[in-house]
Amino acid sequence: MKKKDWLKISVLGVCLIAAMTFFRVAHAQQQALPKHPPVKSDGKNLIVQLCDGQTNIEVPGVDPNGRLTAEQAQAVSHQLMSMWMAKADKATADAWMKEANVATESNASQDAPKEKKPVARQGTGRTDKAVSEKKESKQLVDFSARDYSIWDKELAKEIDYGNQIFHSDQLIGSTNGIACAMCHPNGANTHPETYPKFQLQLKRVALLRDMINWCIENPARGTRLAADDPKMRALEAYIMAQRKGTAMQPGKH
Amino acid sequence: MNPLKWIKRREAYVRQREQWMQDLMTAGQVEEGRRKFMKMAALAAGAAAGASFVPHSFTLVDVVNANTQVGQQPFTFAYISDSHLYEKTLNERFVRQLERAVADVNALDPQPDFILYGGDLAQLGQPSELKLGQQILKELKAPVKMMVGEHDWFFDLGDLWKEMFGAPYYSFDHKGTHFVTLMSVNEKDFWTAKKLTPMQRMQIVAGLDDGRQSRFEVGEEEREWLRRDLAKVPKTTPLVVFSHSPLYKYYRDWNFWTEDAEPIQALLHPFKSVTVIHGHTHQVLTNRIGNIHFHGMLSTAWPWPYAPTGLPRLTVQMNRPDPFNQTEGMGDGAITVNKSGYVDMRYDMWNRNPLIVSERYLASNGTQDAPPKTTLPSY
Ligand SMILES: [Fe+2]
Ligand SMILES: [Fe+2]
Repeated sequence: MKKKDWLKISVLGVCLIAAMTFFRVAHAQQQALPKHPPVKSDGKNLIVQLCDGQTNIEVPGVDPNGRLTAEQAQAVSHQLMSMWMAKADKATADAWMKEANVATESNASQDAPKEKKPVARQGTGRTDKAVSEKKESKQLVDFSARDYSIWDKELAKEIDYGNQIFHSDQLIGSTNGIACAMCHPNGANTHPETYPKFQLQLKRVALLRDMINWCIENPARGTRLAADDPKMRALEAYIMAQRKGTAMQPGKH
Repeated sequence: MNPLKWIKRREAYVRQREQWMQDLMTAGQVEEGRRKFMKMAALAAGAAAGASFVPHSFTLVDVVNANTQVGQQPFTFAYISDSHLYEKTLNERFVRQLERAVADVNALDPQPDFILYGGDLAQLGQPSELKLGQQILKELKAPVKMMVGEHDWFFDLGDLWKEMFGAPYYSFDHKGTHFVTLMSVNEKDFWTAKKLTPMQRMQIVAGLDDGRQSRFEVGEEEREWLRRDLAKVPKTTPLVVFSHSPLYKYYRDWNFWTEDAEPIQALLHPFKSVTVIHGHTHQVLTNRIGNIHFHGMLSTAWPWPYAPTGLPRLTVQMNRPDPFNQTEGMGDGAITVNKSGYVDMRYDMWNRNPLIVSERYLASNGTQDAPPKTTLPSY
């Protein structure tokens, strides 16, 4: 082999190592979940932050590690909400107020249902007629087709990755040729809906992932996956997706 | 068959579970143990504590006597099926399990007239796998009738299997019964257009739920052979057909299925008594269509779950296998051909009592002699 070839190979090697390192770092970043930035404080008083991650108030006279009384907490909550509403656009704030008032009214009096004009809101699970009849009511949270498309595609990717691992002795790290699907075609008889449940042989209440690891380590003679391993997450996604619509029955044997 | 052997194995399984339970309770690790440990300890001191313990996940079954009539000459053959061997260096467990089945059958006393090997001897149709299987089956004392499964076939489309074991379909007569062995796992060509390698083709077929493959079929040529073979047989002669796939339509997605089941059944319907013994489904499986009784064989490698739909009404499910025991839901068995020509199918399941699905159960459409119900059905 010529000197030039060696050079080519070493350059290729360096590139490969660099690429691997890059993917590892990228992977680790993908693993880290987003967090609200920490609130700047002089450390004298307790600071409470709204779930928007931006609206904060300082509670004078309460130690940063101290606890609020129920009254103080209620007052703080009201104040944070009004601060948020002051920042929000008028339509959103109005819709929110309208709904908040309706909720308060319906809690207070149950005998005048015709007066209620609740605003339909995604995820509230409401089924009363007033909601569907009230056509002009503005939805507080309006998801577009793009939202649904992204959700579906991202989930499908995760399930598909799980599908590949589930059907491959190599991806699951099996040392004896055994893949999950060899005993569980289409994820059959994995019954994720029955966990958690007590497993005598594990001597504790088992989650689906404990059983996945049982099968990886024993029938497949592989190495167990961490609970947050991307492969474990994908396997759980695939297995659960196979049982879509099945009633949850934790503890069923 | 020495029933003591089964009782010993069953008891070992029960004892193991009982030991785990005792350990937990003694260690006070479970609530039950903290309250009842003193009581248990006192009991254990008195007698064998495990003796009365009947775990929930396990059915104790009485051995049912075969449905024999006075004056007949029934005969018995044994079966071993679906061993799915890899090379021994890759997976020793599957090898040990086939060896266990061979030992089981060799221990039968009296010996069966012959042994049916139900197909899927190899996992990926490799020469090393088929040769290993042949080597192990050579230990069997009684003669062996070989049947081919899709895992044996789709690496080289049967070249080596035929060279080693002969014709993939054939018939023979034994003690007044006509036997037919079919090659029922032909698939329409899905590989040429996609330019798949033999190994890629094999891998796809080896995936039970891999939808890229075709459905199993006997095919026109072999159906014509069957028609001509059966034309020579009087319709009163008992008929027993061996086929790797069930000769009916149970669940398409897993090829628990034979695409041309109907025309084959039509060839069998004129006979007085017909029994089909099939592999591939790795489970206790029972069906009856008119005069045809169907029985599935156990695997020595692993059990398949029952399919989500299409389970024949007459099937009494075997207990869901215990994932913590690596030989659960597997085994071998023996088949007694009665004077009527119909059979009593015995499942010699490892860890459990033998389970018999009798002629009487099927002939009565499930009203008589039903096998014991499972305590742990499929989810
Ligand atoms: Fe099989
Ligand atoms: Fe098969």
